[in-house]
Amino acid sequence: MTRVVANRRQMFLRLLTRPLLVRRGRALTALVAVVVAASVATATLNLYTDVQAKLHREFRSYGANIVITGKNGSSLPADALARADGALGGRGVAAPFAFAVARTAAGAPVVVAGADFERVRKLNSWWSVTTWPAAPGTALMGKRAYQSLTPKGEPLDLTFQGHTLHATPAGILTTGAKEDSRVYLSLADFTRWTGLAPSTIEVAVAGSPDEIRAMIGTLGSALPDSDVQPVRQMVEAEARVLDKTRATLLASTAVIILTAALCMLATLTASVFDRRKDFAVMRALGASQRTVSALFAAEAAGIGLVGAVLGFALGLGIAAWIGRANFHASVSPRFGIFPEVLIGSVLLALLAALMPISMLRKVQPAIILRGE
Amino acid sequence: MFLRLVYQSFHRQRRRKLLAGIAITLGVAVATAMIAVATDIGDKINRELRTFGANIVVYPDTDTLDVEIGGVNLKPPADGAYLNEADLPAIKGTFWRHNIVAFAPFLPVTADASLAGRAQQVELVGTWFAYPFRYGPESFNTGARATNPWWKVEGAWPADDASDVLVGEALAARTGTHIGDKITVAGRELKVAGILSAGPAENQQIVAPLHVAQEIAGRPGAVRRVLVSALTKPEDALARRGEANPKSLSPELYDRWYCSPYANAIAYQLTEVIPHSRAEQIRQVAQNEGVVLARIKGLMLLVTLAALLASALAVSAAMATAIFERRREVGLMKALGAGNISVAALFFTEAGLLALIGGTAGFLIGIALAEEIGKWIFSARIAVEPVLFPVVLAMAVLVTFAGSAASIRRAMHFSPAIVLRGDA
Repeated sequence: MTRVVANRRQMFLRLLTRPLLVRRGRALTALVAVVVAASVATATLNLYTDVQAKLHREFRSYGANIVITGKNGSSLPADALARADGALGGRGVAAPFAFAVARTAAGAPVVVAGADFERVRKLNSWWSVTTWPAAPGTALMGKRAYQSLTPKGEPLDLTFQGHTLHATPAGILTTGAKEDSRVYLSLADFTRWTGLAPSTIEVAVAGSPDEIRAMIGTLGSALPDSDVQPVRQMVEAEARVLDKTRATLLASTAVIILTAALCMLATLTASVFDRRKDFAVMRALGASQRTVSALFAAEAAGIGLVGAVLGFALGLGIAAWIGRANFHASVSPRFGIFPEVLIGSVLLALLAALMPISMLRKVQPAIILRGE
Repeated sequence: MFLRLVYQSFHRQRRRKLLAGIAITLGVAVATAMIAVATDIGDKINRELRTFGANIVVYPDTDTLDVEIGGVNLKPPADGAYLNEADLPAIKGTFWRHNIVAFAPFLPVTADASLAGRAQQVELVGTWFAYPFRYGPESFNTGARATNPWWKVEGAWPADDASDVLVGEALAARTGTHIGDKITVAGRELKVAGILSAGPAENQQIVAPLHVAQEIAGRPGAVRRVLVSALTKPEDALARRGEANPKSLSPELYDRWYCSPYANAIAYQLTEVIPHSRAEQIRQVAQNEGVVLARIKGLMLLVTLAALLASALAVSAAMATAIFERRREVGLMKALGAGNISVAALFFTEAGLLALIGGTAGFLIGIALAEEIGKWIFSARIAVEPVLFPVVLAMAVLVTFAGSAASIRRAMHFSPAIVLRGDA
């Protein structure tokens, strides 16, 4: 008895594996269809989940999305920057600014700002600067300030509350906005001259609107005597553009996966249908309906399984390539989607095998064998 | 005879043809939709990026420096030059007028005001909200509501010809001003139509129709600066050379620069139509939208490429099975004396016909798909270029042929007797 069972099992395995070896071409096309569907699904799902973080990072080139100011126009406490840095924990850039209205030698008012140039360079990458000031006593001149105050690059004297500062223009700053009318000094020079502490900290944090809201809360509790506000212009526009991009990607993903799945279904169905003679021979030789169905199902499941594994690996590769080519950063592989891809592939393969079988089942083996 | 063979093949083997046809149709549909979306997404996202605000500012040529900290204007009122409001409609007459989505003039004045019975000095900014004007035969409607879409108003937006104003939310909270209150600014009684929530600067200000600010300043027709929101092309080497000095470009390069929608080329054209003005790109907005746009376009392009590759492979696989199944027919034809060439011609004709039919159906489905995606996401049509049709069709034929070629060759190499005996 056990021998019969063993023999049957052996026969089943033989029936399962022989066609794959003998008719490699057909098995290969079916496999290609599964691999294509699985890899496309893996790549697009991987991108879809990862692209948000990548784009948030790109959007941070727009600069600050949170602004910290002293309550009612007062200066910030001396340790405000350190506390903001602590709250950020390396997840963003913070840059302090101090402002004063000084008078030039001719008596014209001009806004002079103190800034930490190292941090500003990281925060405001769009600033177009000819040369960043390095030495003490040198200033970064806004384009319009330069043209109206020191058109030949000569040194200028700035007076604030009776104190005069002698500054040499080091470079010219162009932004097209209010910065063009200002003179920027290093924070050390500025504080020594005016005695004023920074009144504003601009912060750029990458993240979703929820993450930014949480960060505003964290910053607010780290700096209880300051106003922490989102830059609405940046936060809203970013959310909007991102939503549209993700929606487009989602729609494309859905369309691509659906198409790949349908194509796979069509190819597998055709290849099973084509083997109706094998099916009829087995039936004629006395195999039960269940055995034959099980045989075809096992074959389809095997192809689905192998295809899913190969496709998953290929899909991760495609996603990584798109990440490298487009964002110059790797897309982290999401192994969490592997079960979905695997189950989807196997289920589709089973469906593709069993659909034609259930159709063939109603037909007499003799009719199929006669070729009608 | 040849035609009859083709016809009979389609007529008799409908199921088999249907499966290959479905694969081609689906493949072409996804290719069409993805190409349409990928080529159009740049334009769509560019429009969305306009929510970041204006990317060009126009101000008077001889203006003195701005003296402004944290939205508070400290510039002496007598200082500075102005633009003329009457010159603004000409913005719609520049070369890139269709790329200029919106623009709004601004005139800030500092005035003594009385809000909810409290006297204080406030900053009042005059602007167009949604100002109707005519230029040539066309009429337009633009203003701050379009250039600054992040402005949120509780209550109602004032009409541009009324004397109603918006009060910034911080100012309103500080003074206890509510919607419908009457406030006095420089001796004029104005009605509060709404409370404005915007940036930290605007939240401390009163925003009024432009004519109100002009009356308070005593300068009819004066505008301090104009913010322009334009669809632009990312900056490249030519744009940077044009910005440095347009006159230094050779006539040919100058034309190319002038006729490209670079932010600085549009800015240059604005100074041509507005007398005594200077225009600058606002780099924070103008520079970065190029980066973001390039990333999103690149992403869609690569996804499209992956989709094209996948559909090509799927179609090839489907065709390969469809033909491999018919090696017996090949055997029969060859046994009856058909040459390799006529057999191959038959199969290629069939494949070509299938590609044309499936390709056309797929193209139509693809258009509908792109349309749906556009409507759903951007509430706008996604334009499908008609030139895409022959391209997609050619691709379908090519992919179908490529998928069939290997199978046809193999089918022809079998000896007819072996195939017919069923041993292959």
